[in-house]
Amino acid sequence: MISIEHVSRRFGDGPDAVVALDDVSIEVAKGQIFGVVGQSGAGKSTLLRTVNVLERPDTGRVTVDGVDVTALSGQALRNERHKIGMVFQHFNLVGNRTVAQNVEFALEATGAAKKDRRPKALDMLDLVGLAHRADDRPGQLSGGQRQRVGIARALASGPDVLLSDEATSALDPETTRSILELIRRLSRELGLTVLLITHEMEVVKRICDAAALMETGRVIEQGGLDELIRTPGSQVAAELFPVGEPHRIPGHRIVDVTYTGLSADRPVIAQLARDFGLDVSILGAALETINGHQAGRTRLAVPGDEHTARQVVDSLIAQGVTAWEVLA
Amino acid sequence: MIDVSSPTFWPQLIAVLLEGTWETIYMTAIAMAITFVVGLPLGIILVGTEQGRFLEAPFGSRALGRVINALLGFIVNLGRSVPFIVLMIALIPLTRWLLGSFIGTGPAIVPLTLIAIPFFVRVVEIAVREVDPGLFEAAESLGASRWLLVRRVLLPQATPSILLGTATTITSIINFSAMVGVVGGGGLGNVALTYGMQRYSSIHIIGVVIILFALVQLIQWALTALARQLGAPSTRRGPKKDATADAQAHLDVDLTIPDPRRPTPPSSTS
Repeated sequence: MISIEHVSRRFGDGPDAVVALDDVSIEVAKGQIFGVVGQSGAGKSTLLRTVNVLERPDTGRVTVDGVDVTALSGQALRNERHKIGMVFQHFNLVGNRTVAQNVEFALEATGAAKKDRRPKALDMLDLVGLAHRADDRPGQLSGGQRQRVGIARALASGPDVLLSDEATSALDPETTRSILELIRRLSRELGLTVLLITHEMEVVKRICDAAALMETGRVIEQGGLDELIRTPGSQVAAELFPVGEPHRIPGHRIVDVTYTGLSADRPVIAQLARDFGLDVSILGAALETINGHQAGRTRLAVPGDEHTARQVVDSLIAQGVTAWEVLA
Repeated sequence: MIDVSSPTFWPQLIAVLLEGTWETIYMTAIAMAITFVVGLPLGIILVGTEQGRFLEAPFGSRALGRVINALLGFIVNLGRSVPFIVLMIALIPLTRWLLGSFIGTGPAIVPLTLIAIPFFVRVVEIAVREVDPGLFEAAESLGASRWLLVRRVLLPQATPSILLGTATTITSIINFSAMVGVVGGGGLGNVALTYGMQRYSSIHIIGVVIILFALVQLIQWALTALARQLGAPSTRRGPKKDATADAQAHLDVDLTIPDPRRPTPPSSTS
């Protein structure tokens, strides 16, 4: 649905130039919720803005639903933007107009007839549970409510794609959860493809199907969440399962075990002790609900040498969990 | 000389003050109306054509945006750096060409308008600059046209600030209008000049001062109330700077009227 192909963008010229995006390629499937994580300054925000061409890439191209948006300008680009909604960290609502007028503005931008705007805006507000606040000013609402208005506005023109720029970063944890749930529900109900950027792993954990990690303008890794947590050395997975930095223990090998879904029920570690007669100790463990599914990672210290470790890993894999030796 | 005990004195005083007040209001109102109509779009264009703003490339041409921006900035600075009295005299040929005469209340509106426009453009500029850039980005992301952006986002957000700045602009026009007596313009300034200065009537001066004070007070009160009604400037990013105060700081024209009885110390020995 969204295809970002070899996009680069630099700001400034000469030695002071900052490379915000360095040959970035990302593929977001239809209906997917895709999260781009990374620290501030990693280029996430610039990347997101290339999708609706608020930021025009220097090289590379971006296609949305088969349309090369980077080739568009003027009215053609504005029409394309009606199919790409966007929500912002600071909501960006017009404070001197009512909640309904803020949503109506999105409809007016599409050229909708005057008489249709208000009913449609109220429908959208109903969708986010705020129809009763239609005639209030945004300043009278809480942060979470303002973001709901932001979402209603972004979706008023009936887009296929929603871009989210740190939509929950200004909100408290509980409000964050309710906004994320709303985004997930709407994405399922409306068949929306969502590309979001965030610096909070919580967001990825809660709603993302797939994720990419960015660092200094480059994508370090990307893929489906299920796939990433099974990938040895994945930084995204390491962030999702906070079992700490591995360190060497004399006479032991360190093995990480990651299990998802059904395998979480099986007594894999007890099995290990029975099969090999090993006194395996647990160095750390994290159990998380990732996108609605239970998943966990346990770090084991296995006494023995490289050979024992390989046997243990093979046995674990045979039991249907993912395992690999760290610091091998 | 003025004879306060004369039975015709008070009716005459009131008539003179009323006429002066009317002329001041007339000059100020027309000058402000023209200033508003011309200055508002110019202020928006001045900010909009800056690099990275919504009008940086009018008609798709970045170069045109830069030229318009530089030209407007130049004209505004030029207009603000010329003292009113100099501008008034310098404009005599233009006024005569436009209106056929340069003497009187009507012709005085020409220099009043031309001094007020650059001032008001700055007022609008500051108000537009205060609008959260995130709102422009949001409007752009919604595929809104520039015109819609101005009408539905920029103006609603900038209006309270512009109204407060309008009050300051009107006050300065009233101030400047006191000087047009020099080119035969009417108004309260002329009353002060002819009765107060030339005929030493303190009562006229006091009357003029009271009326001017009341006028300014009334305008300030009315526009402040209106601005509040339409929503004070948003305070999401902490207290915003007051556009009026900023505009006042930009006002660099000396408004003092010399007192004939206490002349300023002579610059050279006479």
